[in-house]
Amino acid sequence: MTVYAKGVVFEGVDFDNPNHWRLEEYVKRGGYAALKKILNEKITQDEVIAEMKTSSLRGRGGAGFPTGLKWSFMPRNFPGQKYLVCNTDEGEPGTFKDLDIIVSNPHALIEGMIIGGYAMGITVGYNYIHGEVFEAYQRFEEALEEARAAGFLGDNILGTDFCFQLHAHHGYGAYICGEETALLESLEGKKGQPRFKPPFPASYGLYGKPTTINNTETFASVPYIIREGGQKFLELGKPNNGGTKLFSVSGHVNRPGNYEIPLGTPFADLLEMCGGMRGGKKLKAVIPGGSSAPVLPADIMMQCTMDYDSIAKAGSMLGSGAVIVMDETVCMVSALERLSYFYHEESCGQCTPCREGTGWLYRIVHRIAHGEGRPEDLDLLASIGDNIAGRTICALGDAAVFPVRGMLKHFRSEFEYMIEHGQSQFAALS
Amino acid sequence: MLSQESLAQIDRELAKYPADQRRSAIMGALRIAQTEKRYLTNELIEFVAGYVRIPPVAAYEVATFYNMYDRKPVGKYKLTVCTNLPCALSGGYSTAEYLKQKLGIGFGETTADGKYTLAEGECMGACGYAPVMLVNNHSMCSHMTPEAIEKKLAELE
Ligand SMILES: Cc1cc2nc3c(=O)[nH]c(=O)nc-3n(C[C@H](O)[C@H](O)[C@H](O)COP(=O)(O)O)c2cc1C
Ligand code: SF4
Ligand code: FES
Repeated sequence: MTVYAKGVVFEGVDFDNPNHWRLEEYVKRGGYAALKKILNEKITQDEVIAEMKTSSLRGRGGAGFPTGLKWSFMPRNFPGQKYLVCNTDEGEPGTFKDLDIIVSNPHALIEGMIIGGYAMGITVGYNYIHGEVFEAYQRFEEALEEARAAGFLGDNILGTDFCFQLHAHHGYGAYICGEETALLESLEGKKGQPRFKPPFPASYGLYGKPTTINNTETFASVPYIIREGGQKFLELGKPNNGGTKLFSVSGHVNRPGNYEIPLGTPFADLLEMCGGMRGGKKLKAVIPGGSSAPVLPADIMMQCTMDYDSIAKAGSMLGSGAVIVMDETVCMVSALERLSYFYHEESCGQCTPCREGTGWLYRIVHRIAHGEGRPEDLDLLASIGDNIAGRTICALGDAAVFPVRGMLKHFRSEFEYMIEHGQSQFAALS
Repeated sequence: MLSQESLAQIDRELAKYPADQRRSAIMGALRIAQTEKRYLTNELIEFVAGYVRIPPVAAYEVATFYNMYDRKPVGKYKLTVCTNLPCALSGGYSTAEYLKQKLGIGFGETTADGKYTLAEGECMGACGYAPVMLVNNHSMCSHMTPEAIEKKLAELE
């Protein structure tokens, strides 16, 4: 797989060197310099958070919430224990960037979390790692050992009185644990069922204590921001969309892989970097931000730049940065059927609209895909969607509805054709 | 019921969490138990709960919620094939079909000799390596074309 590394997380990583992920190599390429700078120059907590705000870094986990602002919500003088949590539960179909971070540059994440701990006065952190990537979890555990042995992690970091403990927690197969409050429940050793918000984790988080949760890529961007300055990071991207971002490109391109490029890069350029369409076929549609993002047809997508604002304006979302590329042969009914099955499978079952509604969505798309669709089915899908979205505890309900809405908006005729003729003009997934 | 090695691993999990939050270690403890015994019986779940010092029902809740815990006997090698959309665009279903033909079993079934169990998986966060297959929950195999499957199966003899 290709890793195109021209951004703040992977720049300088020599993937051909088998030791590229080790602490020694990380230090050689400027690693842990940001942490040393903070501790040596006695940079204050407020200054670190101000730098984060200047960078305009937005959370890379899906929602794009400004990280500096999130960090400023953390109660600074809370008398008890507080927690810092990293979300490496990458399970949004299409997304595989956090895997590459913990495998190929784990110390960037570790350093970012240590700095976060410093800025928010937190002394204990956990990294929650997706169940299916056990080997990556082991790699991360090894990197933690290296950081402890070198005095970057643990008690009295680099001889100061700043302490930060960090541990890895391994998930075991539940997409819903990517949702931050489900993740906290899971960390507590329970079923991963999302909590009702408010209270938000900043006041009631892990073990009921104030907690900040960020995505892997978010934390891994922090060392650069502190080392080079928030302004420089901001200028790598575009206003309100600071920095570079990892895009996981999958589907019908010649070179699937992770591409770390400036926010604001035209989609057409990204497609070219990926070697264009596989087999010289024509682009039909793109899901631009993970399976929960509404699909966009080729003509709209080719006008977009890859940043939060441009993709939102086009009616979808940048989400986790997972770009699923589909060529002219893809049957959209069959693509939607697979996604609807996924959300139905992964609903945690707490809210009736989500538990029952995702099943209805799946069964209706399934019958259309199998030539048994009814004329009223498309209106029925829309109405079920309206009764799920916005009426559930967590955003998985919305995530199940967005793909349906996107497909009906842009590819309605394909669904109608299938209902009328009992078969598709295109081949099913293989 | 578990080896000293497994118990030592569970101890390491317990050490990650505050002393009054032992329950946090249950996910890791069940994973370790399953890795040694291949699947989780009710007796094993109860034993692990006792070791972690939480009520058996709390451990059972976890063992039933998360997909990767096996509570029924599985073959020596459990092969989980991802068929989610990104993998499906790069041959995920063909991979699954090839394995079904080759092993003569469907999803959720085990070969008569108890060697293989086939399972359908959801996105494993590795779509760039599609089609993706997981062996015994922990070992990820990339680009599983028919040739790659043959090679892998030969290794698992
Ligand atoms: C159903 C669902 C799944 C999610 N999955 C992930 C995930 O795999 N990784 C992630 O970082 N955030 C995921 N999120 C978003 C998190 O809830 C949270 O917003 C994020 O981890 C915050 O970090 P950030 O601000 O750095 O992006 C998910 C949200 C929902 C509703
Ligand atoms: S929306 Fe779905 S996944 Fe989220 S809490 Fe409700 S039932 Fe669970
Ligand atoms: S879709 Fe198969 S690993 Fe993501």
